[in-house]
Amino acid sequence: MEGKFIKFGKNLVTTEEFVAEGHSFCVGCGEALALRLACKALGKDVIIANATGCIEICTSPLPVTSWAVPWIHTLFENTAATVSGIEAGLKILMKKGKMPERDVKCVAVAGDGGTSDIGMQALSGAFERNHDFLYLCFDNEAYMNTGIQRSSATPYGASTTTAPAGKMSIGQTTWKKNMPEIAVAHNIPYVATACPSYPFDLMNKVRKGGEVKGPAYVHIFSPCPTGWRYAADLAIEIGRLAVETGIFPLYEVEDGRYKLNIDRPELKLVEEYLKTQGRFRHLLDEEIAKIQEHVNEEYAKLKAKVACFAA
Amino acid sequence: MSKRVGLEASHAAAEAAKMADVDVIAAYPITPQTHIPERLAEMVADGELNAAYIPVESEHSALSACLGAAAVGARTFTATAGQGLELMHEVVYVASSMRYPMVMTVCNRALSAPLSVWGDHSDAMAVRDTGWIQVFCQNSQEAFDMTLWAFRVGEDSRVLLPVMVHFDGFHLSHVTEPVILPEQEEVGRFLPKFHYPFALNPDKPMTHGAFGPPDVYSEAKIAQEVAIRESKAVAIQGFKEFGDIFGRYYQLVESYRAEGAKTLLLTMGSFSETAKIAIDAKKKKGESLGLITLRLWRPFPFEELRQAVKNAETLIVFDRCVSLGGPAGTVASEIRSALYNEKKRPKVVSFVGGLGGRDMPVEDFEYIVDRGREIAEKGSKELSETVGIRGEVTGIRG
Ligand SMILES: Cc1ncc(C[n+]2csc(CCOP(=O)(O)OP(=O)(O)O)c2C)c(N)n1
Ligand code: SF4
Ligand SMILES: [Mg+2]
Repeated sequence: MEGKFIKFGKNLVTTEEFVAEGHSFCVGCGEALALRLACKALGKDVIIANATGCIEICTSPLPVTSWAVPWIHTLFENTAATVSGIEAGLKILMKKGKMPERDVKCVAVAGDGGTSDIGMQALSGAFERNHDFLYLCFDNEAYMNTGIQRSSATPYGASTTTAPAGKMSIGQTTWKKNMPEIAVAHNIPYVATACPSYPFDLMNKVRKGGEVKGPAYVHIFSPCPTGWRYAADLAIEIGRLAVETGIFPLYEVEDGRYKLNIDRPELKLVEEYLKTQGRFRHLLDEEIAKIQEHVNEEYAKLKAKVACFAA
Repeated sequence: MSKRVGLEASHAAAEAAKMADVDVIAAYPITPQTHIPERLAEMVADGELNAAYIPVESEHSALSACLGAAAVGARTFTATAGQGLELMHEVVYVASSMRYPMVMTVCNRALSAPLSVWGDHSDAMAVRDTGWIQVFCQNSQEAFDMTLWAFRVGEDSRVLLPVMVHFDGFHLSHVTEPVILPEQEEVGRFLPKFHYPFALNPDKPMTHGAFGPPDVYSEAKIAQEVAIRESKAVAIQGFKEFGDIFGRYYQLVESYRAEGAKTLLLTMGSFSETAKIAIDAKKKKGESLGLITLRLWRPFPFEELRQAVKNAETLIVFDRCVSLGGPAGTVASEIRSALYNEKKRPKVVSFVGGLGGRDMPVEDFEYIVDRGREIAEKGSKELSETVGIRGEVTGIRG
């Protein structure tokens, strides 16, 4: 499978920008960086449908736009449905000769809230109907656009504005929903996780997802200085730590076959990651130990799948 | 040669979508709309219709998929009813605000609770301010004709708005009547190929649906209001050209035996046909009576309505929806406001009935005419009265 895709190297990445300057993302936003890289990987033959969220708000205030590719925003939870219509519309117009045949990638862009909470039904439907589209989830682990409220992708122990840490609470009391596995459960041809700290890996995955026939899902870890409370120059380092601790492993599932893209012989301790961010500052040792145990368990499960269904 | 066939209104609408050569259909089943998507799915499966049928997982996604399809320039159709239209609600606004032409049939259904699959106009009234062009049908022929007309008007480059075609759940959707189906060639003359001037295309990148900060939003909304208001001229032209090609001429506001009548009854939708029987019976007895039906509901045909009723003394408005805690009859309240500043205007009397599939027999229409005249003469403390509903309360206080 590998050979089908062009590998990105340092000198092969286009200098063209598809999300132009002038946007209003926070300084050091990991989501903005990930989006920029993803768009470079996709090129200009795309139509992007964007859910409501930071990306949409930071790139599209009327009467200006940051988008140099066709782009549509309609609502928060319907992005996968909108992209279904785009894909079906293009296909039938080409089939009926009403439009010249060409390859146009249909891409949905949404946050973790727009994906794993309110948009889950529409996404599941679009996967199941087998539309030819790529879904990019930019996971900054909360509803950032509306002010750092918790989502089902918020990690255990993080303090958010609707699950704040307090005398009686550690903040988020549930484990992060495993959205990539939910995508895998739909038996779609391509699922991957990515992080902008690993730019070439991210671009290769987005590129692959765009080229695969049928639904593809790439879940992109997107550090957020504003919501996670860390200094604006740390996004890359934090992304790296998330991968190196096993909190956010980078892997691909191609036609049901698992592959770990980065497999360190020894994981770093989660504490190293947690202590970089204000949202975890209140956690006591016993909670950190609990998180460590959970991460070990999840990582072991993933490795077992890799061993069992190797690519 | 056109041909005359027996069709239920649902199948007539599906037939019209087929003759319009729709590209994309996205729909989710709900009683009493099911016969429309079923028929279209069958046409696609049999190769009678070259279209993409998207079997979405909800109405919210149905209309969202329609947005996407329309955004790339596909001729797009959907149908729903009652709860389905409610589930779509936020998308309904987006379709019109983003100026995506598409056609949606609504087989009018009551809203829960209690659950009711049967007809009334509550679903239609809940979307009256959404910026869609909206038209009501009285019979199966109109279900066909209005659907074709809807594509023509909505896609007109001066309009670019979605159009909702309403017909009564069960009372019309499931009723088989003779329908004249035109030749494909005639349809082609009436309905040009759809060309959406702003279609998303990588060769000419465009941003659709940027958000509107306070310094832009108001202007955007008023521009939309101007657009739907001005679509009336195109709606009229569409009816004229429809008549010239197919021989059936429609008006925004229809008058039935209303000339010189002192009392007018006003209805919308298929119950108008029952009302006509009541009018005929009463006119036979020498009563000065006529019927007005609103065909175009949005944009509201203010001028045409004022003209149609200006010489009457009493105007009795029948609503199949109750504006709870509000002005009782939604249509009546709009009519009252449309006439309020007129120097010469009839007294407006409001009745509410036919809710959740309750039938309105001829006698009920005869009753509201008699009772309506009485109210007009003697006055009433009530803003509206009910008809055909059991219980002590018959009036709704203003
Ligand atoms: C139906 C609906 N409910 C709520 C909102 C408010 N809202 C807009 S964006 C957003 C959160 C977005 O979070 P996410 O998808 O994670 O994207 P992020 O902003 O974090 O990138 C919410 C709650 C909305 N726009 N529509
Ligand atoms: S809140 Fe977070 S995700 Fe949103 S723009 Fe700022 S840094 Fe980026
Ligand atoms: Mg988020």
